[in-house]
Amino acid sequence: MSSHSCSLLFPVEEDHDYTMSDYEGAQARWCPGCGDHSVLTAAQRLLAAEQLKPEETVFVSGIGCSSRFPHYLSTYGFHGLHGRALPVATGVKLNRPDLHVFVVMGDGDCTSIGAGHWMHATRYNVDMVALMLDNNIYGLTKMQTSPTTPQGYASNTQPLGSYLPALNPIEATLGITNASFVAQTAEWMPAHLYATLEAAYQHKGFAFVRILQRCPVFTGDLYQDAVRNPDMIEMLEHPDGIEVPDLHQIYQNVARHDPRNMDAARELAEKTDRIRVGVFFRDESRPRYEETRHLPLHTTGEKIEILNDELDKYAV
Amino acid sequence: MTSNSPMTDTATEERRTTGGVRVIQDHQHIVEIVSDSGEGAQKCGQIFGSVSAKMGNGVWTVEIIPAEIQPPARSPAGASGNRIRIGTEEVTNWGDRTNVCVAFNEQVLIARHRLDGLASDATLLVENMWKDHRDEDIRAEWAAAMEELSAGGYRIVEVPMEEQCLTVVDNARKGKNMFALGMLCWIFDRDLDLAKEQIAHAFRKKSEEVYDKNVKLLELGYAWADEHLEVRVDVPTKHSPDDMVVMNGNQAIAFGAVAAGMELAAMYPITPATSVSHQLGEIFHKFGGVVHQAEDEIAAAGVAIGASYSGKVAFTITSGPGLALKTEFLGLAIMSEIPLVVVDVQRGGPSTGLPTKVEQSDLLATIFGQPGDAPHVVMAPATIEGCFHAIVTARRIAETFRTVVVVLTDANLATGVQPFPRPTLDPAWMGTRPDMSPVPEGKRPYEWDPNTGLSQRFIPGQPGGMHTLTGLAHDEDSHVAYASAINQLSSAMRSRKLAVLQSTMQPPKVNGPDSGDLLVVGWGSTKGAIEEAVANARAEGLAVSSLHIRFLSPLEPGLKEIFQRFRKVMTVEINYSDDPGEPYITEENRRRGQLAWLLRANTLVDVDCWTRVLGEPLRPGVIQDVIRTHMPKKGGAA
Repeated sequence: MSSHSCSLLFPVEEDHDYTMSDYEGAQARWCPGCGDHSVLTAAQRLLAAEQLKPEETVFVSGIGCSSRFPHYLSTYGFHGLHGRALPVATGVKLNRPDLHVFVVMGDGDCTSIGAGHWMHATRYNVDMVALMLDNNIYGLTKMQTSPTTPQGYASNTQPLGSYLPALNPIEATLGITNASFVAQTAEWMPAHLYATLEAAYQHKGFAFVRILQRCPVFTGDLYQDAVRNPDMIEMLEHPDGIEVPDLHQIYQNVARHDPRNMDAARELAEKTDRIRVGVFFRDESRPRYEETRHLPLHTTGEKIEILNDELDKYAV
Repeated sequence: MTSNSPMTDTATEERRTTGGVRVIQDHQHIVEIVSDSGEGAQKCGQIFGSVSAKMGNGVWTVEIIPAEIQPPARSPAGASGNRIRIGTEEVTNWGDRTNVCVAFNEQVLIARHRLDGLASDATLLVENMWKDHRDEDIRAEWAAAMEELSAGGYRIVEVPMEEQCLTVVDNARKGKNMFALGMLCWIFDRDLDLAKEQIAHAFRKKSEEVYDKNVKLLELGYAWADEHLEVRVDVPTKHSPDDMVVMNGNQAIAFGAVAAGMELAAMYPITPATSVSHQLGEIFHKFGGVVHQAEDEIAAAGVAIGASYSGKVAFTITSGPGLALKTEFLGLAIMSEIPLVVVDVQRGGPSTGLPTKVEQSDLLATIFGQPGDAPHVVMAPATIEGCFHAIVTARRIAETFRTVVVVLTDANLATGVQPFPRPTLDPAWMGTRPDMSPVPEGKRPYEWDPNTGLSQRFIPGQPGGMHTLTGLAHDEDSHVAYASAINQLSSAMRSRKLAVLQSTMQPPKVNGPDSGDLLVVGWGSTKGAIEEAVANARAEGLAVSSLHIRFLSPLEPGLKEIFQRFRKVMTVEINYSDDPGEPYITEENRRRGQLAWLLRANTLVDVDCWTRVLGEPLRPGVIQDVIRTHMPKKGGAA
């Protein structure tokens, strides 16, 4: 991991061409206090730190509040369909492994309407960063229950409270064959958020990051206790995962967790006593689909020659 | 059905005798091989078709496919095999009724009889092991079937296939197909060396021993026929001056995609489209191409769109139910002007419908399926050769017009095998690599030419072209449009492109005189059958012509003018329409064929239609009957 991960500041080395402001797009139109702002800032900081050329970077999103994300950046953006960001991103990366691909989805996108793609993108393990901005509610359509809404939490579609236990996206992702990077962070912990994004970017493979966040309008109360009481948080740290020592003073529950240990990762993901943030699992040795499928391109002349050979087999 | 087409049934033109064997001379003949699934009838049929093509016959082969992989043995519904129509001239369709049928049991044969698939004077070669089978029920089934068949007036020959094949192989189920091929080679005087070549090709992944046994069975069948059969058929061959290739429509699509420079095909398995990806799976990697089998139909569209967005045009392959699932993504591609080619190999519908059977029922859904106004291109090749070229054209249009092009084929083209002139490959078909040069300052991602609606797309990697593409209404900068006038403008720009495309087209050519009493209009795979029927009807003295439409959206120009030169215009299609005179059906509420619907709306001509959804290609003899009954009355109004 990198030296930037320990700092709460936004270090931009002098010889770098791009600064954070080079990645700014349209003025963000999210509500004041929305967690999306903090993720956007962390992403811009990461882009600057990694000096990613805006023209070689693509942010693909779905539909929902968080999916407006690409509009607020100056990279290439693809604001597509509800739940379908992952297949589009897969197509981009399959065709253009040279591009840096980021996916931004909400909990509705990822765990509900596009849940099938979530499972398969995890298994494809295409090298990209997938951010799931999880505010536990449908915000843009005004407060409907999502799969991650806590049981009993009232919404406009389930005013008597959500009927089922909330889906646990970390547990679910860890259960998918060929998962290679699974992390959780929270928007109210910007240093941790940044360190997680950075680790996700630097991971070769499909890096799934669930970002816990508050919707100030509809679920402002959900993480209020956790925001006020650092004791409810446990940071999973490891040199192979992330370490954010600057936060140790505030967040004193720090557990050493080797992200290669899948059994331990699954056990931690199941626990409900605290909110765990950090890298649950990471394994770069897993096959990456775009590499497995990569083939050298041919010139038109070569293709015509091969095609003629193939047609010979069908000659009358 | 009572077809009296001169091309079918009693089509023999001349009979002569040489050494006790009667030779029927005919300019076309239809042969079928039917068996239970897994008995190899299809392989036999394919080889027979290939050999005939190589000898210089026109050939059209269709598969007879049950819906299940292993349906119950000896069941009429399980009939599986091939139907091969050979001719002296080019064969453009599957024809009418079968003249020679080889059946591995009497139940699959009775299925063909009940479907009205056999000519009244057909020769039926049927495996006779069931006649004296130890199972009493089977013996009874045989007797009942034979009685039913005897009413048909066929020439039935009982053949001891099992007994003969057991002299070469232990399991006759694995050998009868080559024995049958041997019989057919004798009947049609096929070149046995060519047959052996094709056997070697068919079993190229198997051992030498397998090849040897199959050749032995071939020769055994040939010898048995020579000894026991009395009728041979001579369909004169005529070598084409052109180099020819022979394949089915799905293979032609696969080759067309390579010739079009495509590098990514995304698909999800669906009958009858999947075999495109099988063919691509065999060859695509040699060209650096990837067949991505996605987790579902939606993802297949998404991956193709993501690939297209980031470079060269990609394509996705599907059939009706899959097209329904892709609808939202196609709307996105149209809205955000991402070029994309979609192949829909139509099958019977709605819902799961008739997965293995032909239908042309996706037309309106393909054109109008996306909610909102989503103008895009829909085209339909009419021949197997057309499938190849359609993909090349589709890719070019998609790229030039920055839009979605749907290519509609169907199960008839997908599984029909026909020789056609070998395409002379043109490097220009492959297109060029996307321009990755920096975007000039101030140029916008949807800088629509106000006249044509065309604009240049920016591709990730192009400096200065950064923008966020969106399915939301957007302005020329690709910014979300909050002003209502922008939506009106962008809708007009997307729509304009179709008019511009249409302006580049010539009116379609009328087949036959360009005026007359009746014009039969078709689209897609029915072209061969319609034109054959029209030719025969004209030979009868009827003033009928036909018109085949390749572009359905935008429609080709000049249609109204052509229609007005005929007293009556009607479509013939493989989709559902109400027949006039049925209960409750009136002029006003009659649901018409899908092309008829389009043509009426676009030309205000009172276009009639005749359509059927029988799960099989239209027979030219049947279309000829339809022409006779739909001719406008002399002197009266059309």
